Amino acid sequence: MIFEDTLQKGEFCIPECDNCQKIVWPPSEICSNCFGNVHLKKGDFMGKIIEFSREGEQFFCMVEFEKSIRIMAHILSVPEIGQRVKISNCGIKNGNYFFEVS
Amino acid sequence: MNKVGIAGYGITPFTKEDNKIEKVLLDSAKEIFKNNDKIHQNEIDAVLVSTNNNSKYLSPILCELAGIQPKISHSIESLCNSGTNSIVSAYSYIASGLADLVLISGAERYDSPGQILQWDNSRGEFKHPIFWASIFAKSYKREYSISDEDLAVVSVKNHKHAQENPNALSKKTYSIKDVLESKKLTDDLRLLDCSRPCTGSASIILASEEKMKKISEEPVWISGIGQKTISAGFTKNISLSSMESSKHASQDAFRMAQKENKDVDVLEIHDAFSVCEPMALESLGFSKEGKGMDMISESYETNNFKINPRGGLIGSGHPLGATGIAQTIEITQQLQSNALKRQVDNASVGLVHNMSAAATSSTVLVLEK
Repeated sequence: MIFEDTLQKGEFCIPECDNCQKIVWPPSEICSNCFGNVHLKKGDFMGKIIEFSREGEQFFCMVEFEKSIRIMAHILSVPEIGQRVKISNCGIKNGNYFFEVS
Repeated sequence: MNKVGIAGYGITPFTKEDNKIEKVLLDSAKEIFKNNDKIHQNEIDAVLVSTNNNSKYLSPILCELAGIQPKISHSIESLCNSGTNSIVSAYSYIASGLADLVLISGAERYDSPGQILQWDNSRGEFKHPIFWASIFAKSYKREYSISDEDLAVVSVKNHKHAQENPNALSKKTYSIKDVLESKKLTDDLRLLDCSRPCTGSASIILASEEKMKKISEEPVWISGIGQKTISAGFTKNISLSSMESSKHASQDAFRMAQKENKDVDVLEIHDAFSVCEPMALESLGFSKEGKGMDMISESYETNNFKINPRGGLIGSGHPLGATGIAQTIEITQQLQSNALKRQVDNASVGLVHNMSAAATSSTVLVLEK
């Protein structure tokens, strides 16, 4: 399965290597550690807010998942450093991935 | 390994003009030949073009426009540190003996595609540089209890220095209040905290020691080189308040030059945004963690041009492919006592710091008389 296919359907999966179990991010079909094949791990992943700022009224934050991958996401409520969040909405918009956490 | 030095240079004003990239390149390259009758087109062994422009075959095109038929000609692209990357490639050709005389020309248009790294999907919809800059700024301020007012000194200083740089984009000085009240881009970034994309070009000639004897009486030598790439994706930075790639690059450069931070008299630092200047000073080893702004404020208050004498990127403008070369030209002029009102007294060792894509890669050069 390709990451973008599942993301397009609103599901956030984490790419993981079949061979060495390393998490591969940004998504790739080949592991950057051992060049093994990568599968998509499904789950209700819990992330942690590392940093945030705000553009106009819209907060944005950097969220860390599985202690190894980070994304930039929208958040509707006022963020706090260390706050635990989950992906509440995701997909592909105008060619870009988009992520929203809460 | 052969010794390599800088034998000549040329630069254009940095503007918002809508000129073709080929013309922009030629505009700075031609100055070298017009101003130096000992540098001849038929002796150039290699022509390297530094740019993020999408046009193809720009190096052979420049060769044709400039009447040069070199052995080696190609482009180098590495976003914001294309310029110093090109200098390192040119150095390598000379040090290995493949070339004796190399022309490097860097150029960019104000609408360069190099401004946004489309590939980095970890940024989601937040691909514009103002977002990584905001995250760095927030993180740095939080970690070291630095205020927006503290950081604003970077922009004030660099715009002030730029007024003594005839090629700079900035033609105005600003107060701290002006910076804090400039257009709010995010909670952590104002318009005057940002370097601006622009059209411009800078060219440089590198020569071997043998060749140098025939063409220049005041060579400046490249004595230290350091480079490091950590990743392409911004979110791979381990720390959001320091520049890991710059730390590695500077350690290698100092080791090669057999120099230390205290030996450096003048520096050009990659201030893509205000927060980058103190972060870089700390990562390069000039200040302790969190103390970068102390060093910058002291320089500003004593009217000392040591840090970013030409105005850095914030004051000069940032035509991506030309920036690293323009920084190197400034340090060269400083060491040749040719920097007019920007001159730092008794400058004999200088440093260039040039980084790309939220400090995911860096190049550091040490230059000496």
